[in-house]
Amino acid sequence: MPLSWTLALSAILFSIGTFGVVIRRNAIILFMCVELMLNAVNLAFVGLSPYAGIQGQVYVFFVIAVAAAEAAVGLAIIISVFRHSESVDIKNFRLLRW
Amino acid sequence: MIQVLFWFFAVLAGASALLTVTRRNPVSSALWLIGTFFSLAAIYTLLGAFFIGIIQILVYAGAIMVLFLFVIMLLNLGNDHEADIRSHTWKALAGGGALVMLAMLARIFAGGEPASPLGRTAGPDVLAAQVAEHGTVGAIAVPMYGEYMILLQATAILLLIACVGAVVLAKRKV
Repeated sequence: MPLSWTLALSAILFSIGTFGVVIRRNAIILFMCVELMLNAVNLAFVGLSPYAGIQGQVYVFFVIAVAAAEAAVGLAIIISVFRHSESVDIKNFRLLRW
Repeated sequence: MIQVLFWFFAVLAGASALLTVTRRNPVSSALWLIGTFFSLAAIYTLLGAFFIGIIQILVYAGAIMVLFLFVIMLLNLGNDHEADIRSHTWKALAGGGALVMLAMLARIFAGGEPASPLGRTAGPDVLAAQVAEHGTVGAIAVPMYGEYMILLQATAILLLIACVGAVVLAKRKV
C-alpha cells in the first residue's frame, strides 16, 4: 500500500493522542494517550522501514521496550500519589505550579 | 485485497483511538486502546513487519495494558460522579490545535506523492532480501546484536532499573 496512507494514519493517531493529552484530567488516561502517541510514531517507523532499511523495525523494538519501562515506573508514581491524596485528578496536583 | 484490509484496520484504529480519548470510564478507555493496539499490529503485519506485529500484541496489549488495568482496578477508579474531562472551551481549543498540527504534518503530501522518500527506491524488496537471508526474526536480530549491541544492553539495564524502581516507588513502607 502507498507510503502516504501509512504516514497519514500515523499523523492522525498522533493528533488524536495530543488532543487526548490536553483534554483529559485523569492521570492514567493521560498516560494512555501518551502511549497512543508512541504507537503513532512506531507506525511511522514501521511504514518507512521498507524504504529506509530494517533499522526502522529495530528502533520500534527499542521504543516498545522503553515504553514498557516508562509505563511501569509512571504507574508506580501514580499509585504513590494516589496513596497520598486519594485522587488521580491532575487538578489537585498544584504544588509545583507557578 | 491488502489495500482493503489496510483501510479496514486503519479506520478501526482511528475510531478506537477517538473512543479512547473520549470515554469517561478508565476501563473503557483501556479496552479501546487495546483495540487500537490490535489494529496497529494487523497493519504492521500487512506492512511485512511480522516480528514487530507479534511483539506489539505480546508486550503492548499483553503486558502494558494489563498493567494499566491492574492499576485502575487497584485504585478503584471510574466511580466518580464528576467527569474528568475538561470543559467545552478546552475541547474546542484542543481540537483546533490538533487540526493545526495535522495540517502541518500533512505538508509532506503538498508537493505531490512522496515517491522516493530519503532518496531511495521503493520496496518491500529492500526488506525481502534480508528476510530471505536470515529469516523473519533474524532480519531484526542481526543488526540488533551487531550494530545496536550497546543500545540493546542499555535497554536491558533500563528495564532492570524500571523493575526495581516500580517496586520501590509503590511500596507502602520502604
